[in-house]
Amino acid sequence: MTADVTATSTDELLAALETVRDPELDEPITSLGFVASCTVSEGGDAQVRLRLPTYFCAPNFAYLMVADAYDAVSALPGVRSTSVVLEDHFAADAINGGVAAQAGFVRSFDGEAVAELDGLRADFLRKAVMAGTDQVCRPLLAAGRDQAALLAMRLGDVPPSHALDRLRDRRGELGLPAGESAPLLIDPVTGAAIDAGALPLHMRKAQLTRTSIEANSGICRGMLRHRYDTRGQGEEDQ
Amino acid sequence: MYEHNGEKYFIVDSHMHYWNAAPDNWVPGAEQYAKGWIECFHAYQGLGPPETHWSLEHFQKYSEDDLMKDVFEDGHVDVAIFQPTNLKEWYTEGFNTTERNAEMGRKHPGKFIYNTNFDPRDGDLGLEELKRHVGEYGSIGVKLYTAEWNNGSRGYKLSDPAAYRYLEAAQKLGIKNIHVHKGPTIWPLDKDAFDVSDIDHCATDFPDLNFIIEHVGLPRIEDFCFMATQEPNVYAGLSVVIGGLMYARPNFFNKVMGELAFWVGEDKMTFGSDYGIWEPKWQVEGFVNWEMPDREEFADYPRIGVAGKKKILGLNAAKLYGIEVPAECRLPADAGTPAAQDDAQLVAGA
Repeated sequence: MTADVTATSTDELLAALETVRDPELDEPITSLGFVASCTVSEGGDAQVRLRLPTYFCAPNFAYLMVADAYDAVSALPGVRSTSVVLEDHFAADAINGGVAAQAGFVRSFDGEAVAELDGLRADFLRKAVMAGTDQVCRPLLAAGRDQAALLAMRLGDVPPSHALDRLRDRRGELGLPAGESAPLLIDPVTGAAIDAGALPLHMRKAQLTRTSIEANSGICRGMLRHRYDTRGQGEEDQ
Repeated sequence: MYEHNGEKYFIVDSHMHYWNAAPDNWVPGAEQYAKGWIECFHAYQGLGPPETHWSLEHFQKYSEDDLMKDVFEDGHVDVAIFQPTNLKEWYTEGFNTTERNAEMGRKHPGKFIYNTNFDPRDGDLGLEELKRHVGEYGSIGVKLYTAEWNNGSRGYKLSDPAAYRYLEAAQKLGIKNIHVHKGPTIWPLDKDAFDVSDIDHCATDFPDLNFIIEHVGLPRIEDFCFMATQEPNVYAGLSVVIGGLMYARPNFFNKVMGELAFWVGEDKMTFGSDYGIWEPKWQVEGFVNWEMPDREEFADYPRIGVAGKKKILGLNAAKLYGIEVPAECRLPADAGTPAAQDDAQLVAGA
C-alpha cells in the first residue's frame, strides 16, 4: 500500500455506476445495458456515455439517471473531473447541459417543466417496495407458509436473500420501517402494518406491481437490443 | 375470420393505423422528431417474430395494397378500426389522420370503421370539427392523447371541465367509445403522463360512454388495473400487450394476461394489432394457440378459454361498435355476454 491517492480504475467506475438505477425498472443502469462506455484517465478524468432503449424515452427518468450517474462518479475519491453524456435522445442537449451545470430539472427544461423529480422518484420507490414484497414473500409461500402467517412476520424472521436486502434498502430510502423488528408487510405510503382484512388485496397488488415492472423491463431490453448491436458495460441478460 | 380446431373466430382489429412517416411528410425544422418517432415505432416492431420485420423504409410508408393484404387477406381480420394520430407538428399532412384513413377505407366498404379525435383545448373550433367528422365519417369512437402538447399547454386530464364539455358534446353526437392512449409517451416532461386517475372520474360521470384504455397503461399496468376493476365501463385495449410481449417475452405475456383476466376480465379486453407496428396474422394465430402454462407461478390466474378468446379477438369490440357478427361466429348462449360490464366480481371489495 502506498499513501498516494491511487488512480481510479474502470472497475471502480463501473461499480459506482452499478449503484445508479433506472427508477422505473428498479434495476442498475449497468445490467440494463444503458452504459455504452465508461473510462477514466490516469489523471482522474472520468467519461461516461449512456444510452436508452428509444429516442423518446421519458426525459424525466432520463434526467434522473444522468444526474445520479454524475453524482455517483464524481463522488469517487480519485476522480478529478466527470463527464456524463446521454446519447441519441431527443432531449440529450438539455439533459447533458443541465446535469453538467448542476442546474436541476426545472432549470434544464426552461418553461417545459414546473416541478423537480423527487415526487416521481418516491412514487416509483413505492412501486419497488410493492414488487419487492412479492419477491420476498413468494418463496415463503412456496415453502408452505400460508398467507396469514406473513402478517405476524418481522423482517428479521425472513431468511437472508438479495431480494430481502433490496426490499429493506428501498423501504429505508423512503423512510419506512426497515429494521429487523419492522413488520414484513406494510403500506408503502404510510408504513403502517397490513392487517388481515387488507392482506389478500395487498398481496395481489404486490404481485401485479412486480409483473408490471418486470414486463416493462422486458420491453425496454428488447427495444435496446433492436437499437444497438453492442453490449453495454456490465450488461446482464435477464 | 380465423378458423382453428373447428372454432370460428370473428376478428375485429380495434386499434390500427395507416400512416405516412416518410421524409416527404416531415415538417422542415422538425425532421429529427419525425425521424425519431418512426424509428421508435420501428423498434417496437422488433419485438415481433423476425420473419414479420419490415425495412425502415417500408415501415415509414406502406401502401394501401400492403395494408389490405397484411390485415385482411393474410391477417384474418373481418373489421378494422382506424385510430387516428395527428402529430401535425412533425408531419406536414399529419401522421395518420381520419381524413387519410377514410380516403383509403372508402374504397373497401364494410371493412373499416373510422374513429376520429378531439382535443378539449381546441375550444369551439374543435367542437365544430368533431361535429363535421362525425357527420362525414360516421365516427362513433374517438382516440385521445391526454399527454399531448397544445399551444403551450402541457397536456390535459379527461376530468377537466373543458374535457367534460367535449365528452358531453361527443355523446350527443352519438360517440360511444372513448379510446385513451395511456402508454409510452414523451411530454409533458415532469409529469407522469401515464396517470389514469382522470379516467376514474369521467368513467363514473359518463356511465353510458365506454372508455378503452389502449396499451393498458403500460408500463403502469398496476395503476390501470386498480382503477379499471372499479369502473364497469372501462376496457383494456390489448394493443402492445400481444404485439410487444407474446413473442418477445412469453413468460411476462402469461403473467400480464393472467393479471388482466383477474382484474379486468375477458369480457372487457379488446384486441388491437397496432398495425403497421405489428401485422395481425401472427398475433391472431398466436393468441388463439396460446394457453396459460400449467405451472405453479400461474396457478392463481383465471384461465381464458375458447369463448374468452373469441370475445377478446372480436366479439367484445363488435358489441361496443355495433358490428354484426355472423351466426357461425357467435357464442353459445351459456358462454356469457361479450363486453358485459359486470365482470369485476372476482375482486369484489377491491
